[in-house]
Amino acid sequence: MRAAPQGTTSATATIHNSDSSRSGPAVEVVGLAKRYPKATADSLAGVSFEVERGEVFGFLGPNGAGKSTTIGILTTRIRPTRGRAVVAGVDVAADPVGARRVLGVVPQMNNLDRSLSVRQNLIFHASYHGVPRGRRNRLADAILDQFGLADRPDGRPDDFSGGQIQRMMIARALMHSPSVLFLDEPSTGLDPAARLFLWDKVAELRSAGTTVVITTHDMDEAATLSDRVAIIDHGTLLALDTPAALVRGMSAGRTLDCTVEPGAGPGADPTGLVAAVSAISGVSETEQLEDPTVSGWRIRIHVEGDPASFVAQVAQVVAAFGGSLTGVRLGEPNLEDVFIQLTGRALR
Amino acid sequence: MTIADDPTASTVATAPLGHLPHWGPWRTGLAILRRDLFVTGREFPIFLAQVILQPLFLLFVFGKVLTALGYTRPGYQLVLFPGLVALAAVLTGLQSTALPLVIEFSYSNEIEDRLLAPLPIGAVALEKVVFGAMRAFVAAAVMFPIGVWVLGAVPWQASTFGAVLAMVVLGSLLGSAMGLILGTYVPPNRINVTFALVLTPLIFTGCSQYPWPSLRDLRWFQVVCTLNPMTYISEGLRGLMVPHVPHIPVGVCFMVGVAYLAVLMVVGMIGFNRRALG
Repeated sequence: MRAAPQGTTSATATIHNSDSSRSGPAVEVVGLAKRYPKATADSLAGVSFEVERGEVFGFLGPNGAGKSTTIGILTTRIRPTRGRAVVAGVDVAADPVGARRVLGVVPQMNNLDRSLSVRQNLIFHASYHGVPRGRRNRLADAILDQFGLADRPDGRPDDFSGGQIQRMMIARALMHSPSVLFLDEPSTGLDPAARLFLWDKVAELRSAGTTVVITTHDMDEAATLSDRVAIIDHGTLLALDTPAALVRGMSAGRTLDCTVEPGAGPGADPTGLVAAVSAISGVSETEQLEDPTVSGWRIRIHVEGDPASFVAQVAQVVAAFGGSLTGVRLGEPNLEDVFIQLTGRALR
Repeated sequence: MTIADDPTASTVATAPLGHLPHWGPWRTGLAILRRDLFVTGREFPIFLAQVILQPLFLLFVFGKVLTALGYTRPGYQLVLFPGLVALAAVLTGLQSTALPLVIEFSYSNEIEDRLLAPLPIGAVALEKVVFGAMRAFVAAAVMFPIGVWVLGAVPWQASTFGAVLAMVVLGSLLGSAMGLILGTYVPPNRINVTFALVLTPLIFTGCSQYPWPSLRDLRWFQVVCTLNPMTYISEGLRGLMVPHVPHIPVGVCFMVGVAYLAVLMVVGMIGFNRRALG
């Protein structure tokens, strides 16, 4: 999902102005830990990672894993017990006011100002962040337009759907042009269309150079949106890499599902074929699946490495038994398999 | 993910602010105050009705009706009026700060956007107190025209105008600081019962309907009234507006009021920080 440079407006051309004076990662976390008062264990047990500028960084983990605590510390709402957290060059514990200037937050729950209209929500937010009046008015109109909210700028938040509320909260967070945008479980409770719209906007933000940190317990979302994914559970960082690399590192989950039309004579018995396939180097296990919907046999072959590279060898073995390979399906592991391997349980 | 590759997709305007004029936290605080004033200004008549009604009836029944029927001595309204100004200031301050805080911290989460604004957390609390006090000040100020209307005249001395103003501001801030404490320490599901348990004693032990020195013969109640911060505002205003009525010395009222304000603010700030920060 590398986005093509868009460069359609002068606004995007100047995106890195505020960041150019600073170097280093967008987010830097070193040995970050949190123990809540009266708790017997750490909610966050010494986590370290970096988020590069301009990347979409996904935080994947079950509820209570420590995602929200991490985001809470990074957005200055939770004080860390130990460790250091820096956002866009600003230490969040030492200078929370400075950090709030450079970060934007889209929370999980609707926290829009219900006494204000949609447009006023955007404009007052910008005024809290010191955006000059003329600019905040223009920006509000532009952003409302981009988020499909321009037709009802004077409506109150209570009159909108969940998806629209979500859009308003992202639109509001963008009003002070944050260097790093935090999205906490953004697609929870959204319908599929609203979810796609959200993904679309995150991809646009990324291509415009904004760093996005997103928490989710949705595998698809993490895999689709993120440049890199951190898997967190019980307050510990279990893995951190690109979705592709995380999956590549998996030993389990690579399969070749074959449908075989058996031949006559000795080839009419699947046992010999299964044994012969198992003898192929790189095949770890072969099993025959019961599938009454398929004429012939269904055989699942677990392999080490790329399943596609085994197709020719399997076809040869099948031919040697007088049968023919009528169907092949490649099974690649996904993030869910990675998660199960790391934590020993499914996420949902 | 093909959406991002679509060159026709609209671009989110995330151009940075470039050389942002350096707004200090003070100016962010003012922007938040402006939001509160904007929302209140839009429903100003409702706000006025809200704050006027109770003191209006108290003034009318105790100052006018009971006097006209002969149940109170003539001149009681002179004792009552400064006390009702104090009551309006303290109560409106308390309610204007406590209720929004309870709602914004629990049901609406609205306060989050302000807690994420570039100013210290304590400044958000301070803004709440200042705004609550502004509402309280308006409520106390409108007591004067209402007093003229209901009673025909209000006790008034040009020489103490500035001191009356200062005492009303102090009362407004005291009430608002109490509201900060209620709004941050009381869980939302208990706010109703807490209001009932706090407001009634506060209203009736604050010397707004009787001068404190006159309680000599009811010593235990006099001691109870000493604990109520509102007592010092009622008595202070009495001393400034009707000095011939026995009262606690105005200087003492100022000092105790300011001391109470300091203590209440410290306690309230601690409560606010606990609610705002994990």
